[in-house]
Amino acid sequence: MKSLADLHALREKLKKDIKLRKNEGTVIIVGMGTCGIAAGAREVMAAILDELAVRNLNDVQVRQTGCIGMCEQEVLVDVVRPGEPRITYGKVTPADVKKIIAEHVVNGRIVEDMVVGKLSQD
Amino acid sequence: MRELSLHILDLAQNCVAAAAKNIHLTVNEDEQGFFVITVADDGRGMSEELVRQVRDPFVTSRKTRKVGMGIPFMDMVAQQCGGHVDIKSSLGQGTEIKAYFEKDNIDRPPLGDLASSIKVLLVGAPEIDVVLDYIRPPRSLHFATKEVREILGPTADFTNPAVYQWVEEYLRQEIARVQGKEDVG
Repeated sequence: MKSLADLHALREKLKKDIKLRKNEGTVIIVGMGTCGIAAGAREVMAAILDELAVRNLNDVQVRQTGCIGMCEQEVLVDVVRPGEPRITYGKVTPADVKKIIAEHVVNGRIVEDMVVGKLSQD
Repeated sequence: MRELSLHILDLAQNCVAAAAKNIHLTVNEDEQGFFVITVADDGRGMSEELVRQVRDPFVTSRKTRKVGMGIPFMDMVAQQCGGHVDIKSSLGQGTEIKAYFEKDNIDRPPLGDLASSIKVLLVGAPEIDVVLDYIRPPRSLHFATKEVREILGPTADFTNPAVYQWVEEYLRQEIARVQGKEDVG
């Protein structure tokens, strides 16, 4: 049984971890407009959150964005590694999430066959 | 959308886009025979003119882009289910959207995964305070991120896996209790 009382213990644990969380790491952005949600963005984002928790990837930030006008390619997921181009993946399903995180987020190898856009940061 | 919880997430994204600080979500599974979803915020609100236009997807201009297809979509589903959508809004005060679906209408989508919608909303907009009231007579649940923040203090970061996983598990348990399924699984 979970209760709000658990949060007191969680707080003590988090106090120790708080130093480990940095904000200069990789950013993952999920398209959460109506088009994205209808195409399964919630399930994709939930799969990303589960995978980050399992792999203990504490320095990866997950953000969301609205409709960017490529509705037919939803679910859209962008991965931005520090100092590297912003890579947009299209038609992402929860089954693709492990691969994108293992290959690109962790090892820096772009999953080329799913890329629909590249935007250099400079 | 396959689930009412996806409409709830979609409407809550409008609150985020409208710079809300507080979002109050209410799901009442039996309000005089209707399944009623209320999404209320204290965001920037809409003008009377925009409130009149917001159900029509084709009047959406760039200025009103933040509204988009979400409301027309939910309005259509509510009407198909013998219900309707009420919109109250005032500029600078906020917006309240209340959607009614006939509870037993065969076309009414299921509630779906409410815990997942709340988790995704919190991680995506961790600075916003969210209240969820889920009522399924005779049971109900009340969840408020403010209560979580009070206990966690400076460690109350909804983007932290330990926090969002706790919220999801807690909500799953409480939703199952409200639905009378607490002994299952």
